[in-house]
Amino acid sequence: MEVIGLKKEKMGFEETELRLGLPGAEAARKRGFCETETTEDNKNGTVDLMLNLSSSKEADHSTDKPKEKTLLPADPAKPPAKAQVVGWPPVRSFRKNMLAQKKSGEESDQKSSPNGSFVKVSMDGAPYLRKVDLKMYKSYQDFSDALGNMFSSFTIGNCGSQGLKDFMNESKLMDLLNSSDYVPTYEDKDGDWMLVGDVPWEMFVESCKRLRIMKGKEAIGLAPRAMEKVKNRS
Amino acid sequence: MNYFPDEVLEHVFDYVTSHRDRNAVSLVCKSWYRVERCSRQRVFIGNCYSISPERVIQRFPGLKSLTLKGKPHFADFNLVPHEWGGYVSPWIEALAKSRVGLEELKLKRMVVSDDSLELLSYSFPNFKSLVLVSCEGFTTDGLAAIAANCRLLRDLDLQENEIDDHRGQWLNCFPDSCTSLVSLNIACLKGDINLGALERLVARSPNLKSLKLNRAVPLDTLQRILMRTPQLTDLGTGSFVDEPDSEAYFKLKHTISKCRSITSLCGFLEVSPHCLPAVYPLCSNLTSLNLSYAVGLQGSDLMKLIRHCVKLQRLWILDSIGDDGLCVVACTCKDLQELRVFPSLPFEAGPSPVTERGLVAISVGCPKLHSLLYFCQQMTNAALITVAKNCPNFIRFRLCTLDPTKPDADTMQPLDEGFGAIVQSCRRLRRLSMSGLLTDRVFLYIGMYAEQLEMLSVAFAGESDKGMLYVLNGCKKIRKLEIRDSPFGNMALLNDVGKYETMRSLWMSSCEVTLGACKTLARKMPRLNVEIMNENEVEFNLDDAQKVDRMYLYRSLTGKRKDAPDFVWTL
Repeated sequence: MEVIGLKKEKMGFEETELRLGLPGAEAARKRGFCETETTEDNKNGTVDLMLNLSSSKEADHSTDKPKEKTLLPADPAKPPAKAQVVGWPPVRSFRKNMLAQKKSGEESDQKSSPNGSFVKVSMDGAPYLRKVDLKMYKSYQDFSDALGNMFSSFTIGNCGSQGLKDFMNESKLMDLLNSSDYVPTYEDKDGDWMLVGDVPWEMFVESCKRLRIMKGKEAIGLAPRAMEKVKNRS
Repeated sequence: MNYFPDEVLEHVFDYVTSHRDRNAVSLVCKSWYRVERCSRQRVFIGNCYSISPERVIQRFPGLKSLTLKGKPHFADFNLVPHEWGGYVSPWIEALAKSRVGLEELKLKRMVVSDDSLELLSYSFPNFKSLVLVSCEGFTTDGLAAIAANCRLLRDLDLQENEIDDHRGQWLNCFPDSCTSLVSLNIACLKGDINLGALERLVARSPNLKSLKLNRAVPLDTLQRILMRTPQLTDLGTGSFVDEPDSEAYFKLKHTISKCRSITSLCGFLEVSPHCLPAVYPLCSNLTSLNLSYAVGLQGSDLMKLIRHCVKLQRLWILDSIGDDGLCVVACTCKDLQELRVFPSLPFEAGPSPVTERGLVAISVGCPKLHSLLYFCQQMTNAALITVAKNCPNFIRFRLCTLDPTKPDADTMQPLDEGFGAIVQSCRRLRRLSMSGLLTDRVFLYIGMYAEQLEMLSVAFAGESDKGMLYVLNGCKKIRKLEIRDSPFGNMALLNDVGKYETMRSLWMSSCEVTLGACKTLARKMPRLNVEIMNENEVEFNLDDAQKVDRMYLYRSLTGKRKDAPDFVWTL
């Protein structure tokens, strides 16, 4: 049956696996079939083909539209649950979705998860630091919005509400740094303080160790170094 | 008969508040009908397709508060196809065109669009209260319109809706002049919100009594909010997570201990068990506690908390509490009236830690219990018989075994006798939902004893048409009957067609009813809408002998609805 087949494949899998990306860059490992059964993209986990228990209307259930399919437990390592029935147990879909999301969320929060990328975020003038998981965000815009919401209690103006500027453009950069707006900066793996926004988002997530949101004027000293690093990379 | 001027009648009718009583008043004679309809302010429409908005407005020109329900109940469990209907827009459009001074709108299981919310927000200058339960179709943009335009907004209560979250800025749309909020519930919003805007809104709402936050609100923000709202009676926390030795947590403990007015607590959408002690000081005042989304708590955490909750009347909890935890509830919460035990992971392979043992303990310790929703691993007749004896006051009794046809765990018999005891003992029972192995016998008991029963939910139960007949013939007050996956067919359906006009609706899915019988029923009863929904078929097979996947019928004064999608065929 299905589960046994999967296990067989998994045994020799790692050796023959294709790996993309730089050596040592674990995250770039191509995902195998088993790993695609996460609850990240598909919040409902794997989809069950309706094997049914009670007498009557099985034929109907097997042609259900995807929305109405019932779900196997998210963890493929457990043996599959006894065949589920549409709409049973009778729990509101809102509640089902909330609990499924939270369960997977908590599993990744617990202890140190290799998938989480938590960094401390400090903001000049704010009484507390925050911790964020960079992997929760898809882009600089996303991240900037979230930071804005998180720290809005502490700023009179907006924090990065205009989004991150085009850091490739030196004159725009100087305008920004001369203003009193807050600017996000980060410490990278080399220990250097950089302006957020110069590298592609995914690379930023990999290299960022901590964040500091500072006043634009204070960030001026970073600019030459930031531009140099960018020039070296390209 | 004495003559009373209209003003006197109206004054007397002011004391008649329940919808049913007012409906009865209006049937006495023409002058009572006239006075009643002009003075009526609150109207409840249990099925939005039973009547047209124009007729409602015409009859009740003084309408101030409207409640509407849309989709059938089984839509909650994905048994009703998406896009079936339940649109609120015709109602809001009709109300906007009229002279009605709408102040309150409550919607359940309806499809609401941003455009409708916007129209609502600027059409009624006195609009005060919006309550949306299990609705969908709108985004935070619609909420922004409500926030911006409803100057006197008092309640914005969003319960378990599917809202498309455009992240964050709609809270900024409440103008600085808005200081009238009494109740704000945003717990179902999935995205980030602007914490600064939230804090400022709370700071300028001195009348705020009920505040329910979403997951995006962290502990330190909660603490700052509570500092501003010592008068709060109803609190829903957002994220309740922090390091146990953090300064934010320490401050929160101190602030919470000053909130002596809080009697209702919920939320904990994310929670670290070690943070829970911060709410202990509130427990002895709590009458309502909802931890049904607090997945992070174990049975032991729950037990420690509940031991302090001596005044509790309503408890909603996850089955992680276990039978032992329910024993603690039974010992502690002597005033308990309503209990809901939800399954923590509906599709988990492992057994639930809640069985009949917990329910029996509750029945012994909490004789005032009148409303129950109980998801459990197993049940026995003996337990149900004991529960029936100990708690004769049930109004709502809903039991769900995770395996829908599971027999008595001890005797392997059907659970007929157990549920029979419940209906026989609880003379005031109005709502019943059963599961487990059940034969026609349980329906015989229901028909014989459940005289006040108004709503019955049946799944995977019964053996023949007799079962359904017992109910239809015996339960004089039945209003809503919903049946799935049970062997009831044409004979039962057509036995007494007039009965359905005395009911709000009947739902039958995956039963033995055929297309031909539905057509016959529709022909005989023109004031019923008989809707058929078949799986994946837009072209309906015209074979009368074919069984119907889903049938939903309801009485209606408006005839066939014009907004039905292709897959719905009204006969």
